Amino acid sequence: MIAEAGLAALWLAAAMALLQLAMAAIALSSRATEPPQIVRDLLAAVRPVAVAQGLLALGAFAALVALFARTDLSVLLVAENSHSAKPMLYKVAATWGNHEGSMLLWVTVLAVAGGAIALFERLLATRTHVATLAAQAAIAAGFYAFLLFASNPFARLSPTPLDGLGLNPLLQDPGLAFHPPTLYLGYVGLSVAFSFAVGALVTRDVGRDFARAMRPWVLGAWIFLTIGITAGSYWAYYELGWGGWWFWDPVENASLMPWLAATALLHSVTVLATRDGLRAWTIMLSVVAFSMSMVGTFLVRSGILTSVHAFAVDPTRGSFILALLILYIGGALALFAFRVGTVRQGALFEPVSREGGLVLNNLLLSVILGIVLIGTLYPLLAEAFGVQLSVGPPFFNRAAGPIALLLVAGMAVGPLLRWRRDRGRAVARRIAMPAAVTLIVFIALLFTDAGLMPLLGLSLAAGLAVASILPLVGRSPWRTPMPIWGMVVAHLGIAVSLAGMASDSAFTAERLVAARPGEINRVGPFAIRFEGIKPVVGDNWSAIQGRLIVTRDGGQPFLLRPEQRFFANPPTETSEAALATFWDGQLYAVLGRDDHGGRRQLRLWWKPFVTLIWAGGGLIALGGFVSLIGRVRRRRAR
Amino acid sequence: MKRRLFWVPLAAFVAVAGLFAWMLSQEPDRQVRSRLIGQPLPAFTLAPAVPTKPGLTTAAFRTGQPRLLNVFGSWCVPCAAEAPQLAKLARAGAKIDAIAIRDTPDKVAAFLSDYGDPYAAIGDDRNSSVQLALGSSGVPETFVIDGQGRIAHQHIGAIRDEDVPILLARLKAAR
Repeated sequence: MIAEAGLAALWLAAAMALLQLAMAAIALSSRATEPPQIVRDLLAAVRPVAVAQGLLALGAFAALVALFARTDLSVLLVAENSHSAKPMLYKVAATWGNHEGSMLLWVTVLAVAGGAIALFERLLATRTHVATLAAQAAIAAGFYAFLLFASNPFARLSPTPLDGLGLNPLLQDPGLAFHPPTLYLGYVGLSVAFSFAVGALVTRDVGRDFARAMRPWVLGAWIFLTIGITAGSYWAYYELGWGGWWFWDPVENASLMPWLAATALLHSVTVLATRDGLRAWTIMLSVVAFSMSMVGTFLVRSGILTSVHAFAVDPTRGSFILALLILYIGGALALFAFRVGTVRQGALFEPVSREGGLVLNNLLLSVILGIVLIGTLYPLLAEAFGVQLSVGPPFFNRAAGPIALLLVAGMAVGPLLRWRRDRGRAVARRIAMPAAVTLIVFIALLFTDAGLMPLLGLSLAAGLAVASILPLVGRSPWRTPMPIWGMVVAHLGIAVSLAGMASDSAFTAERLVAARPGEINRVGPFAIRFEGIKPVVGDNWSAIQGRLIVTRDGGQPFLLRPEQRFFANPPTETSEAALATFWDGQLYAVLGRDDHGGRRQLRLWWKPFVTLIWAGGGLIALGGFVSLIGRVRRRRAR
Repeated sequence: MKRRLFWVPLAAFVAVAGLFAWMLSQEPDRQVRSRLIGQPLPAFTLAPAVPTKPGLTTAAFRTGQPRLLNVFGSWCVPCAAEAPQLAKLARAGAKIDAIAIRDTPDKVAAFLSDYGDPYAAIGDDRNSSVQLALGSSGVPETFVIDGQGRIAHQHIGAIRDEDVPILLARLKAAR
């Protein structure tokens, strides 16, 4: 019953999307200055339809969650991806741990975002608002079709099996329960920017009001994207047991690219809102940001790139998504090419000015985006010419690293520039202190064994940390507008995160040993005594647990318990790293195999200040959140 | 001029979409292609893995006749599973040598008596050093070596029934 109700809700939501699109198209095609009553009625009716569509999609998704929570094995998707002997959290999380369920979540976020625009957006002119909702409905309609015709999540299975196949154990982690939904809110939330841009192109209404209307939505999506990427990075770090926090895997890149575009968009939309400049560029970034989300979805779902994340390798689905991609991205970019020339040119500005700094930010972010995109697609291109290769961290780090550092330097200076025009000498005075801090840290660390890039990273991080606080100097903390606070916190977060990354690559100590019980190994300031192993059992797994007694500089000893886990459904082996967190870093231990000679492989890392990477990510998201509150409150006050 | 610039994003996207479409139309190819093809075998001298058979040296492959080199271990289940196919290859006239990885003589002898012995010679690679030098990533793996001691083909994983004619054809081609 629940499955059928869910399917019905999905069909109805699809019908609502088509209705929404048709009503908006008819209403917008009337160009009369005094539109007839019917047109005004149609314009007014688009909003409730959008809300209904959002509710129906939400209902369909809730039905699927209920099916997974009850482990209804008569539903094919549940039988293939869940198992009755699984903790409740993972039963629910299994809803989006598979292709169909995650696509349903995707389209649900899309529809709910559309409903939210209909309910809460009040700044936009009516016609632009309706055009925006039409664009959102058009995207949704395509993805409903994809679900209903190529990936039905509610398909039944007969006869009903005795039990399900289970969920990949790597995904049975609290991190998974929240990582994909957060990321999707970000990914798909960017569809709002896309629809705003398309709506504005349709009505040729690009200006400061448009930018102010769009900004909180972009900010919201960007916050979720930031949290999603940060959480995903930490999850990979402790769950995969490789000690790394970013692997330049195609799917990681697929989430980084929309983030880079959205970050650039957040900054360019500020220029548009404050100074009415960068009109065409902002429109293009809005289209590009969500296009990157869709390209990412395509790369993951079509299986044309191999990745640890690619779970549904199916060429039919790939062709379907590609067709949608061509329709939406191609359509929006064609509309951009035809229409943007007719958008009135915005204000111009001097190169040495806040606007100039923001343009530099946008250029550098776009270059990094280009590098990541090329690096991700290059293996495909090479394969088209018959060469097999993979592009790995050495390329990305070497190509994007220096530009990222340049971006950080620009980020320290940018917020200290005045709008419209500034004087070079005055700017030099303002950045003197951060520049001095950068130099001092650089010289102080010159004699450690840090490589050049980590050295530059650490010193620039210190300089940026100082520079990011300077906009607060001379302001009363209570009177400072929330968006300024947001900027300060987010930029500080970048400094903190960069310091963590640089410290990790400069000072990490690593040891790989085969230890006999009783043996003591040292890594960093730690002495680690291998006590031996013992078997343990959990909810749906059993494990070999290693017992390590650790002392730091002869202090109080404590116990670390890395595990090798064996899951029965499906039969899989995972390694659970054991972490000890200190204020100044993390000790990371992985239990490896038995060498059949009474020794166990142990991999030990001491990673000074590595946690700053994710703390910084949290600060960046917090900055976005503070800024969002400020923007929303200011709009309410108006 | 500026107007033309606005078409650049669309043009870039069309190129990328074309690439995607082309990729989708291709047969998915998940084979790891060996970089070893055409390389000479690394120089090695391995002691006999069982007392009843000779050990293995690189020189044994420079006889002018192509041979198969099977990398296996008595502890490896897929190695036992491919034994009938190796026997079939031997009956069809293939000359097969082997390297036993991380093994002991009594266990190899027991393996041969359980699953058959198609091998002319078996080298004992107790610490996997020759396996690593060969560029073999696991067991079982089977190489076709031409008469000059160069690697002509690498088969990763167990030999299944349908692989037998392929390996025989590769042997013939390596002549």
